[in-house]
This record gives sequence, C-alpha cells and structure tokens, in this order.
Amino acid sequence: MNKLKNILTACAIAVAGSVGAAGPAELLAHADDMTWLLPGVPYPTENAPTPERVELGKKLFFDPRLSADNSVSCATCHNPVLGWADGRATAKSIQGKDLQRASPTIVNAAFNSIQMWDGRKKSLEDQAMGPMESMVEMAMNLNRLFAWLKSDADYAAAFAAAYPGEAIDDKTVSKAIASFERTVISNNSPFDRWLRGDANAMSASQIRGFRLFTDENKGNCAVCHQAPNFTDNGFHNLGLPSYGAPEPDVGRYAIKPIAVLKGAFKTPTLREVARTAPYFHDGSAKSLMEVVEHYNKGGVVRKDISPEMRELGLSQQEMQDIVAFMQALTSPQINLALPELPY
Amino acid sequence: MLNKYLAFPLAFCALVSSALAANHVVEQKGKAFSVKSLNVKVGDSVEFVNADPFNHNVFSLSDIKTFDLGSYPQGQSKKVVFDKAGQAEVECAIHPDMILKVEVSE
Ligand code: HEC
Ligand code: HEC
Ligand SMILES: [Cu+2]
Repeated sequence: MNKLKNILTACAIAVAGSVGAAGPAELLAHADDMTWLLPGVPYPTENAPTPERVELGKKLFFDPRLSADNSVSCATCHNPVLGWADGRATAKSIQGKDLQRASPTIVNAAFNSIQMWDGRKKSLEDQAMGPMESMVEMAMNLNRLFAWLKSDADYAAAFAAAYPGEAIDDKTVSKAIASFERTVISNNSPFDRWLRGDANAMSASQIRGFRLFTDENKGNCAVCHQAPNFTDNGFHNLGLPSYGAPEPDVGRYAIKPIAVLKGAFKTPTLREVARTAPYFHDGSAKSLMEVVEHYNKGGVVRKDISPEMRELGLSQQEMQDIVAFMQALTSPQINLALPELPY
Repeated sequence: MLNKYLAFPLAFCALVSSALAANHVVEQKGKAFSVKSLNVKVGDSVEFVNADPFNHNVFSLSDIKTFDLGSYPQGQSKKVVFDKAGQAEVECAIHPDMILKVEVSE
C-alpha cells in the first residue's frame, strides 16, 4: 500500500516537473492567439435580430408541420442534442430517403460567408427555404405552407409581432429561421476561456494540440481551418477515399466549373466538432482520430487533391494532442427552452 | 501565303502595344486582393502575386475575359492581359470571399 503511495507521489512529481519544464509562459495564450476569439454575431441590416424574430424562428425550426407529412423538421437533421447535426454518416429524410451528404452542424453557421458543403447558398436567409422545397428533405408545398401559417391564429400573431406589416411568405419565414440560427453560437469552450486568460481551462495536451494545429510545419490545420471560426469559407479536395469512386461527388465543381474545385468541399467549422461524429461530407471518418490519421497520410486519393495536403509525419502522441485540442472546442450546452408550438 | 504577309505587321503591332502597355501588380494577401477594384487600359496586364503562406487561384468568367490561372503558392505570380474594354470580375475559386473588379477602358 505504502509502495503504491510512493509510486503515485513520484508520478505526481514527474508530471508537475514536466509541466514546469514547459514553463508557465508556454501554457498561456499569446497576444497573436487573440485572432481566434469570435467577434459579435453578424447579421444583415434588413433582418436585425429581435426576441420576437428569434422566438418565431425557433418555432419554425422545430415544427415538423413544415414538412409534407408532418414528420420532419429542421431539428430532425440539425438536432440540438447531437451538436445540431444528426449523428448519421449521410442524412436520412422524409419517408426514409437517403441524402448523398452528411448533415453539417448549424452551430456558428451565422459566421459563414457561404453556406452548404458546395457553397450553393450565400446566407442563412438564402438557405432556409431550400429544405422545405426539396422533395427528398421536407417535400413541402409552399403555397400550402403559407396558407396554413396565415390561417393559424398563433403563427399569424407571431409573424405580426416579428415582422409587422410584412407578409407571411418565403421572405419572413426565412428571415425568422435565420434569426433563430444566429443564436446557436459556440463561444464559451475551454479553448475560448483559455484565450480569455484562464490558463487552466485547457490541459497541457490540449495546449500542445493547439500549437500543432496552427504550426505550418506540423499539423498545418489552420491554413484552412482559419481563425476565428475554424474555417476559411473556402473549398478544398482532401483526397477522401470516396473520391476514387467511378462517378464521385464533385462538390463545389458542380456549382463553379473551375478545375481546382473538382471534388472540393467547404471547410467546416470545428467548434462543437466532438459532438458531431461521424465526419466529412460523406461521413467516412468515424472518430476525430480517424480524421487526423487521414491528414497524417496526406490524403488517400491523390487525383485533384489540394496542394495543402501532404504527409505530416505526426507521432501518435502529436495526433492525440490534436484530437484533445478539438475536444476543447465544445461549449456547455446552450440553455434552450422548448418552443411553444401553435396547435 | 496570306499568313506570311500578315505575320510581320501583327508581330509589330503586338510589340508596339506591349511597349505601351502597363503592368499592374495586385497582391493576394490575408485572403484578399490588395485592391478591391482596378482601372486598366486595353492591352495592360495584371500580375497576381501570392503573398499568403497558402495557395490561391485566380479566374474570371467575365464576358470580356475568361481565364483560369490554376493555383499557386506563396512567392509565385501569374499575369493576364486584358485585351477588350469592359468590366471583369476576377475571383479566387478556393476562397470565394476574394473578389476584384477590373475596369478595362480604351
Ligand atoms: C433531411 C435532413 C435535413 C433537414 C430536414 C434539414 N437539413 Fe439542413 N442540411 C442537411 C444537409 C444534408 C446539409 C448539407 C447539404 C449539402 O451541402 O449539400 C444541410 C445544410 C444546412 C445548412 C448549411 C450549414 C453550413 O455550414 O453550410 C444550414 C444552415 C441548414 N442546413 C439549415 C436547415 C434548416 C433551417 C432546415 C429547416 C428549414 C434544415 N436545414 C432542414 C440536412 C437537413
Ligand atoms: C486543405 C485544407 C484543409 C487542411 C489543411 C485541413 N482541413 Fe480539415 N477540413 C477541410 C475541409 C475542406 C473539410 C471537409 C472536407 C470534406 O468533407 O470533403 C475538413 C474537415 C475536417 C473535419 C471534419 C469536420 C466535420 O464536421 O465533418 C475535421 C475534424 C478536420 N477537418 C480537422 C482538421 C485537422 C485536425 C487538420 C490538421 C491536421 C485539418 N483539418 C487540416 C479542410 C482542411
Ligand atoms: Cu484564395
């Protein structure tokens, strides 16, 4: 028993010693790390958020009656308890139809300057009607939808309070949903608290992981997952195995036929990423470690691969540190009161 | 036959116009073009210098000029000659936030 105690004490001293060797300065955030602190949430001038708009948007986001057979809401695929994604490799929708791509999180989508894996939508307002119209997602007849929203006294009142003098149509429905989405923000993770000066918010491994993440000669992750929202709002082909298929998903290239965009997809945010496995647009990586292993190999299919992809030569410990860092990007769950749906 | 007689005057014209034409240098830095808009004359060239530690692309699908310079890393540059008057929107396909308007006048 005593022997065990001695060993434990020795271990504690060794751990303390190794932390000490790194020096307390290395555990603190530097001035130039502050670029990672998120600014205030941007919004278009014609749709400034108000409590009424956010509340209406929340109702619409969670209401399955926005789909053809009352079975699917936005929250079906962007589920708050699954990091606002769906935990599936690729999305499944109305009547069990399979979608080709994974549901991305909508956390911090408010900061994106371009939406969707292939960037086919510009803003949250632009995006919101898409799923309702899409036959494979919610398959809703929009005329029927607006007629129903107008005929429902509670919804009519909520629209009047949120957008006085404006019609109940695609514009106000999408503005309300976008206003709600702008409240789904992750900016209080251990990483954020560490940046704000709490030296103990991240473990030593997580801090090492952050340095490896940004080091051009190591992880080189921040070249694409840039500050502050871990995205360059750009498009890259990572050489995923699925790109080797006979007729692969060409991603952004189908929207903009420029050669560098063949098989390129949008760089997603990594905030809340620990909650949203599996990973990549095709759901092909089961864990964060599998993702990092993919990067360490420099990708699999070399055809059309981004010039930023190369073999990294990271050790097992370094890969674990990067994974640990990504786990420090999870904020406490936002306190979400259930919306009161009109009935 | 015709080609032979045309070749010299064409080459001569090209020489004269290239002597008169200016080269405008635009940097790609911090995921943006160093200027948002640029006024050039027909025949002028614009040289895009990548000053970022990652690759950029340069392309345009405008009526007066369609080109795709591919992607290239820090320190390298590529040139495009604007040979028709009008407006061109120059973009980076990798980073769609990067947009440059080029006004080409006679
Ligand atoms: C059947 C599942 C499903 C439903 C229902 C659904 N989505 Fe999505 N959502 C997806 C998928 C899949 C994508 C990515 C598709 C692509 O890029 O091709 C996506 C993308 C998005 C994006 C872009 C995020 C980004 O970072 O680019 C937003 C925002 C979004 N959805 C909001 C909504 C809203 C609002 C609704 C309800 C009106 C909704 N979704 C309904 C599956 C779904
Ligand atoms: C060349 C740009 C680039 C580099 C370098 C890069 N990423 Fe990515 N990352 C992307 C893109 C683009 C995607 C989405 C690709 C897809 O699904 O086809 C992505 C996806 C991911 C995902 C999955 C996110 C999700 O929600 O599915 C994780 C995790 C990730 N990257 C972490 C990293 C780490 C860690 C590094 C460094 C070791 C790194 N990335 C380096 C561009 C990059
Ligand atoms: Cu670029």
